[in-house]
Amino acid sequence: MSFIALTDVTHTYGGQAGASATLAVEGLSIKVNEGEFSAVVGPSGCGKSTLMKLATGLQFPQKGTIVVDGGHVDRPVKIAGMAFQNPVMLPWRTVLDNIMLPLEIVQPHRSQLRAKKAEYIAKAQDLLATVGLKGLGDKFPWQLSGGMQQRASLCRSLIHDPKLLMLDEPFGALDAFTREELWCVIRDLHALKKFTVVLVTHDLREAVFLSDRVFCMSARPGKVIAEREINLPRPRDLEVTYTPPFADIVHELRGLIKGARTAT
Amino acid sequence: MTKPLSQKLAPLLFTVGFFVIWEVACRVLKVSSFLVPTPTAVFGAMVQYQWPLLRGAGHTLWMTLLGFGLSIVFSVLVGLIIGSSRFLYAGLNPLLVGFNSIPKVAVVPLLVIWFGVGWLPPVITAFVISFFPIVVNVATGLATIEPETEDVMKALGASRFDIMWKVGIPRSLPYFFGSLKVAVTLAYVGCVIGEQIGSNYGLGNLISRAAPDFNTPLLFAALLVLAVLGVALVVIVDIIENRTTGWAKRSGFGA
Repeated sequence: MSFIALTDVTHTYGGQAGASATLAVEGLSIKVNEGEFSAVVGPSGCGKSTLMKLATGLQFPQKGTIVVDGGHVDRPVKIAGMAFQNPVMLPWRTVLDNIMLPLEIVQPHRSQLRAKKAEYIAKAQDLLATVGLKGLGDKFPWQLSGGMQQRASLCRSLIHDPKLLMLDEPFGALDAFTREELWCVIRDLHALKKFTVVLVTHDLREAVFLSDRVFCMSARPGKVIAEREINLPRPRDLEVTYTPPFADIVHELRGLIKGARTAT
Repeated sequence: MTKPLSQKLAPLLFTVGFFVIWEVACRVLKVSSFLVPTPTAVFGAMVQYQWPLLRGAGHTLWMTLLGFGLSIVFSVLVGLIIGSSRFLYAGLNPLLVGFNSIPKVAVVPLLVIWFGVGWLPPVITAFVISFFPIVVNVATGLATIEPETEDVMKALGASRFDIMWKVGIPRSLPYFFGSLKVAVTLAYVGCVIGEQIGSNYGLGNLISRAAPDFNTPLLFAALLVLAVLGVALVVIVDIIENRTTGWAKRSGFGA
C-alpha cells in the first residue's frame, strides 16, 4: 500500500474546460511508499507545483483519485509540512515564534501549547541547532540571510513531526554551497525521522543525491513519463555526486527531460 | 536611531523662521491687519481670547476623538469583512467609493435636519469622513496575504479564522496605522466642518462667529490652535504605530 497514490489525475486551472482554461496535469499517476524520499523533476511549467497542491489537498482534481496515508484527499491533509522556494516567514514574529507556528494550529499540540510551552520551545531550539541556526531564535527573519531563512523554513515544516514533507524547490534561490549544505541537512533529518518526502525540483543532481525514487514529468499538460529508482547506497556523502554511477543517472535523467521539452 | 543635532533642531528652526518671515513681511509690506495680522497680533488675540479658544479646542478635540473612535471600530470591522471575502469586496467597493466621493460639507446640512444643531453633526461628519481610508487599508492588508503563506497555513489544517488571526490581522496592522494618520486628520477636518454649520461649540463654531465680525486676529489664532492640535493628534498616532508595528520599519530607507 502506497503512502501517496495519485491515479490518473487531471487538473485544470481557470474553470472547467472553458476557453481560457489551462490544463495543468493530465493522466498523472504517482505512487510513493511510506518513508521514501521521492523527487519530481521536469521542465518548468510542467505542473510540479500543481502536483504538490493536489497531494496536500489545497486543490482538488477534476478527474482521478488521490489517496494520502490511507485516506481519500477531500480537504487539506493535516499531516504535511511544507517549504517553498520563498521561505515565507512572518516578519512580525521572531524566528523561534515562526517555527512554533504549526504548533499553534495542529492538534494535539494546539491544545497542549500552553501546558507544554517549555518543552516545545526546547524542541524548536533543538531543531534550530540541527540546521545550524543555534541561538538565532530570537532574531527576526529579516535579520537573517536567505539561506538562514530557508533553514528556518525547514524547521517550521518539521516542528510538528509531519509524516509527509512537501518541498517545492526549497533550495532554488540559494547559492551552490549553501544548497549542498542544506542537502546534507535534509538528508540527515530524513535518515533520523523517517518521514515521507516529495521534493519538487529542477536540479537533477539534487534529485539524484537525495531521493530513492525520481519521477520525470513531461511539459504541460504534465504527466509522468519516467520513474527511476536511485539505488545508490545510503548514507550518501557529497562525494558520491562526483562518482561515475551518479553522473550516469543524472545524464540519463537529463536525456529524458530534454526529450520531454522537445516532444511538445 | 540617533539623529544628528542639526536634524533634531530643524523642525524648531523652520517653525521659528516661518513666523519671523511672516512678521517681517507683514510689517515691510504694510499689510492691513484685517487681511493678514502679524504673528504678534495673532498671539495677542490668543492671549485675549484664551478661554473661548481653550474651551473650543477642548470641545473640538473631544468631538474629533469620539467620531474617530467610532470610525476605527466600524471601519476595522467592515475592513475585516470585506478583506476576507472577494464577493463582498466586489459588491461593496463601488458603494464605498461612491459614498467617499461625496464632499462631506454637503452632508452636514442634512445632519442638522436629522439631528438638529448640537454635538451629533460634528461627530458624525468626523466619523463619515475618516471611515473610508481605514476600511480600504485594512481590506488591502488582508487581501494581499502571500498565497504561499496561505498554503502553509492551510496545509496545517488552519481554519479561515486561524489564518485571519495569525496572519491577516498582524499583516494589516502597518496598513491600518498608515491609514490612521490620514484618518485622524480627516476626522479633525470633518469635525471642524460639522461645527461650523451644525454646532454651537468648538473651534469651528468660533471661526464661524469671528468671520462676520472681521475679527481676523481671532480667526488666525483659531487656525493656529487647530494646526497645533492637528500635529498633536498625528504625533500620538505615530507613537502608537511605532510601538506596535516596529517590525514593518526595518529598512534604513528614509530613516
